[in-house]
Amino acid sequence: MDFLSILGNGVRGMFGPEAAIYAIAAIGLNVHFGYTGLLNFGQVAFMLVGAYGVAVSVATFGWSLWVGVLVGLGCAVVLALILGIPTLRLRGDYLAIATIAAGEILRYFYRSAYAEPLTGGVYGLRQFADPFFELNPFPPGRYGIGPIDFDSRSLWVMTVGWILVVLISLLVFLLVRSPWGRVLRAVREDELAARSLGKNVYSFKMQSLVLGGVIGAVGGALLAINVQSVQPDSYNPVTTFYLYAILILGGAGTIFGPIIGSIIFWFIVTFFDAFLRSAVGAGWFGDLIDGADVGAIRFVLVGLGLMLLMAFRPAGILGDPKELRLDVR
Amino acid sequence: MSAEPAAPGPAGAGLAGVRPEPGVAKPDPILVVDGVARYFGGLRAVDVDHLEVQRGTITSLIGPNGAGKSTFFNLVTGFDKPNQGRWTFEGQQLAGVPAYRIARRGMVRTFQLTKTLGRLTTIENVKLGATGQRGEHFLPAIFRPSWAHQEREIEARADELLERFNLAHMRNEFAGTMSGGQRKLLEMARALMVHPRLLMLDEPMAGVNPALTQSLLGHITALRDDGMTIILVEHDMDVVMGVSDWVACFAEGRLIAEGTPRDIRANKAVIDAYLGSSRALPEETAPVDPAQPDEVEDTP
Ligand SMILES: Nc1ncnc2c1ncn2[C@@H]1O[C@H](COP(=O)(O)OP(=O)(O)O)[C@@H](O)[C@H]1O
Ligand SMILES: [Mg+2]
Repeated sequence: MDFLSILGNGVRGMFGPEAAIYAIAAIGLNVHFGYTGLLNFGQVAFMLVGAYGVAVSVATFGWSLWVGVLVGLGCAVVLALILGIPTLRLRGDYLAIATIAAGEILRYFYRSAYAEPLTGGVYGLRQFADPFFELNPFPPGRYGIGPIDFDSRSLWVMTVGWILVVLISLLVFLLVRSPWGRVLRAVREDELAARSLGKNVYSFKMQSLVLGGVIGAVGGALLAINVQSVQPDSYNPVTTFYLYAILILGGAGTIFGPIIGSIIFWFIVTFFDAFLRSAVGAGWFGDLIDGADVGAIRFVLVGLGLMLLMAFRPAGILGDPKELRLDVR
Repeated sequence: MSAEPAAPGPAGAGLAGVRPEPGVAKPDPILVVDGVARYFGGLRAVDVDHLEVQRGTITSLIGPNGAGKSTFFNLVTGFDKPNQGRWTFEGQQLAGVPAYRIARRGMVRTFQLTKTLGRLTTIENVKLGATGQRGEHFLPAIFRPSWAHQEREIEARADELLERFNLAHMRNEFAGTMSGGQRKLLEMARALMVHPRLLMLDEPMAGVNPALTQSLLGHITALRDDGMTIILVEHDMDVVMGVSDWVACFAEGRLIAEGTPRDIRANKAVIDAYLGSSRALPEETAPVDPAQPDEVEDTP
């Protein structure tokens, strides 16, 4: 068993395009859940409309990729309004129900025969992001040190992805330390108190839902560009729960939480993927586990990691455990 | 604790000659409530035919537990919708106006069960109360210079209030670490940041230690002397009698009596209301037995 290459895989996962993309989507969820207390269980829906905004614009309508990205972000704004207008005046659980349903409804709609002329149905769309890769400044080849290396394509997506992570985090940082962010956190703590001080809570929740949703759509668009394809079934509800896992790992309501969370999450997933595969290959587990089980088992390990975390650092890696001990009635 | 002189000061002077009858008209009302009723299922929580609150006074709302005082607060401040009725604040109709707008118009309330923002620091809690903050708009929020100056002014005012309410030492602590009494103080400081013209305090002394209660009462009278109108829900009869210019008594949702503290103390309906529900009283009320309000010491 080549431990160095397994570790290399893990490290590659930590910084690869997926880690950056999930970090972006988790930053959006952090705006909702971490700062405003909105229970959005359908962040994947925002990723989906972002991804399909790009894919449909380019592959179906033949528009430019950059217009496609804007279309994707616009769709996220519309989705946030559709979800928020009826539910944000009600108790928090209504948003939770609406968002989890919306994610599934959208997925079924995009994969339906009815939508096939636009979305490609179950097969999805592909090969729409060439203009992005034409801008790739890295000549073909492999880049890296030792077992940690990336091809020029991944390196380009990673570079753009992590730059976006930094820019979006900076934006969120500027916003949450402002009086605007103070109102969001007040809404998270107690809506009625914020209202009694003259704050239009509904409007702030809506702004938060739109902002976090658009950030989620940025992640979705980059995900579609990264793999040059969209398929409805890659946007299933479990993605949202990975994002929650990331957020809780890193620390909700902190700026670096979603970033650190995504890096750790992807390290665990890719490291154990490689580890289990080579262990199975070496016959360590006999007949107990075969190659097909590996995919599931690595997420069991993520779950185990989360349980350990809840036991020892319940506020997340970066969260302030003092906050959890507060009597926040 | 000792009660202050019961005679209405200059602030209560406007009420001289107003007859002590429920629903009586006042010379200069800031809040006028007409036929406001709220039912929870079959339970009549509030049903007020007419009530006026005189500007620039401390008006206490008393009544046994469950009389509808908090529900009345919720209704007039827009936190609950009445089944029927209208009310005006400074002459403006408020029925159907959302709570946050009512607060911005200068009618600010606190809650009986405190609503501190636990994972915000004390100073943040207070700063939140300031209205018209440029930095609360999405785009300006991103550019600190556009709100930094205003933020400094707000912070200075917030620090002053923390000082005044003996909370300066808690300035940078999470409000969730506060005691019940401190939370009451924080809520009041925060409400004052909104620049209320009518401040509605729902049991602001509950859980506040006696020494602090005195200074809190001092603050409340000072606010009144500065021209603010205050509605106070309070169970401690010493406090009510000492600080109020006018007292309104609720029972089972109805306004059963109004008058100066002197009038109320002798009012048969008030005595009956408290006697009728005396079993519900001991947990929340003052050491004074309100069932015999005539025996309340009236320190000159
Ligand atoms: N949300 C509610 N649902 C049902 N009943 C309520 C609700 N709020 C208050 N009540 C009832 O209305 C009555 C008045 O309550 P409240 O206004 O809290 O009284 P007070 O503040 O004078 O003690 C009580 O009988 C109470 O049980
Ligand atoms: Mg009450």
